[in-house]
Amino acid sequence: MTEMSKLDPKALLADVTEFLWQEADILDRKDYDAWIDLWLKEGIYILPIGDGEDYENQLNLCYDDDKMRRMRVDRFKRGFSISSAPAADTVRTVSRIVIESAEGDVIKLRAAEHLVEDKFGRQRMWAADLFYTLRKTDDGFKLERKIAKLLNSDGMLNSFSYLF
Amino acid sequence: MSLDTPKFSDFDALYDAENAKVATEMYEDPDLFKEEMDRIFKKTWVWVAHESEFPDKGSFKLSQVGLDPVIVVRDRKGKIHCMVNRCRHRAATVCEVKQGKTSSFQCPYHGWGYGLDGSLRAVPYPEQYGDDFDKSQHGLLKLRTESHEGMVFATFNEDAEPLVDFLGPEVCRYMTLFMKQGGGFPVKVLGEHQFQVPMNWKVQLENTTDAYHFPIVHKSFMQTLDEKTEDLFAFMDKNEGWVEDLGNGHSIMMMMPSRADLDDRLDDPIEPRFEWLAEEIRKEGYSEEQVKKIVLAVGGPGFNMNLFPNVSFSLSFFRVLTPIAVDKTDIRHMALGMDGGPKIANQTRLRLHEHFQGPMGFGSPDDAEVWERVQRGTQGGEELPILVNRGIVDEEPGVMGPRGHVSSETGMRAAYKMWKRMMEQEA
Repeated sequence: MTEMSKLDPKALLADVTEFLWQEADILDRKDYDAWIDLWLKEGIYILPIGDGEDYENQLNLCYDDDKMRRMRVDRFKRGFSISSAPAADTVRTVSRIVIESAEGDVIKLRAAEHLVEDKFGRQRMWAADLFYTLRKTDDGFKLERKIAKLLNSDGMLNSFSYLF
Repeated sequence: MSLDTPKFSDFDALYDAENAKVATEMYEDPDLFKEEMDRIFKKTWVWVAHESEFPDKGSFKLSQVGLDPVIVVRDRKGKIHCMVNRCRHRAATVCEVKQGKTSSFQCPYHGWGYGLDGSLRAVPYPEQYGDDFDKSQHGLLKLRTESHEGMVFATFNEDAEPLVDFLGPEVCRYMTLFMKQGGGFPVKVLGEHQFQVPMNWKVQLENTTDAYHFPIVHKSFMQTLDEKTEDLFAFMDKNEGWVEDLGNGHSIMMMMPSRADLDDRLDDPIEPRFEWLAEEIRKEGYSEEQVKKIVLAVGGPGFNMNLFPNVSFSLSFFRVLTPIAVDKTDIRHMALGMDGGPKIANQTRLRLHEHFQGPMGFGSPDDAEVWERVQRGTQGGEELPILVNRGIVDEEPGVMGPRGHVSSETGMRAAYKMWKRMMEQEA
């Protein structure tokens, strides 16, 4: 028997939904310092290519540990990167949340993300499956792992000046 | 202008070689784009694959030669073939899997079956074609296919010169040096980043041997490097490097001559930024000589080389361009590693590739942005030329053609000279 059955599943779903929506809002507002604060230091943020799951030994769109994550955010913020000065505006929704397991402090879940970007008077639409490992701390949920798998991750993409 | 005067006959107006000026139509005219597909991409050697992408008999991948979708495949004898992805019966594609392994290709429409060499093997219910139906005349349309240093090229042109003659001796020499980043192992494609940019293909053709843009466009990338590495990229100030026309439209940008041949550096101490990596490789039982060779290979060589018309060698990856429309080009950045080399070395290569390349790299998105800005900019001031004359003032003769300052536009002039030579020939 997993611990999930001891929890109130509806209350847990409401709690993680609140967290995911908060993160989505932070990313649309590009409040990257707040986003960094959502992470555990050992957390890994990955945008994979294709269906492989051996992320360390395959080519990904990004494979960010704490150091890379901070450099990425720093690059966005400094204003020297022509593709992110200005960056595309984004509006996203995160939904279809399914909690896969909740054991101890660790919650694994998946969700759908739809994102529309706007730049140069042109809008592009992206869809991704999100896979989260959250850890419950005294300070609320923290991101331990987030995998954003674009629907066409192994297809022809464009460059991204924001995060999924 | 009479009706039988071809629209494109005055190529001097499109590329003024003497003054190194490119006309705006070069990026904008859809009719010119069609001519380029016929006169260049149907006529010359076009890069389609790397041999490591076909590890087994029956390994295949989809690629493109100009606008023609092709299948590249290794047959049972190990030979690599390239053929148009179109059934000879009613034109359906015979393969829609991007990469994989098969024993044959079968058309999904009426079941015509083709062997790995493209030959027509089976036709269901053949009786209605009569006795004189000749299967040997109905194989998939084949392209001539040749390889050098693992790079596979194909051409529709039966009269094209042999691939090595098209590449020329200097390109072949630098290809051998480039492949030394296998560190004693065969170079292997580890994966690819793909992104489409709203630009003409020649905007990309100009870029790989353009050092002038690097400190500007890639400032934000440089800022994420440590001081030692940043210094490595300070090639603009050192005046050691050069750009050279290697003939037939090809060019090299030698940024760090001391890293042209990685074997020349085997006696150097290991760079501090890779000391941790050397330690990890030692733990796997490699000799000190191998450790040095592998660590040097991880850092990659010190040059970019652009091959006309669609592939370039860029420090530590292949960059492939595929024209889609006059203002649309697909770009692939293929990550390279050591086939059978230490896992940690390949992981490091992958992470370095992700750092700069691809849709979320710290470099490629800024390249893509400025390329698109060129295409957007040419919407205005149609009568203004695009200047590729930088460094023409102090060029000197090189081995195969002029050699200029590392930031000169010699490579672009080489490409446009070839462009013009090919466009002036009848399609």
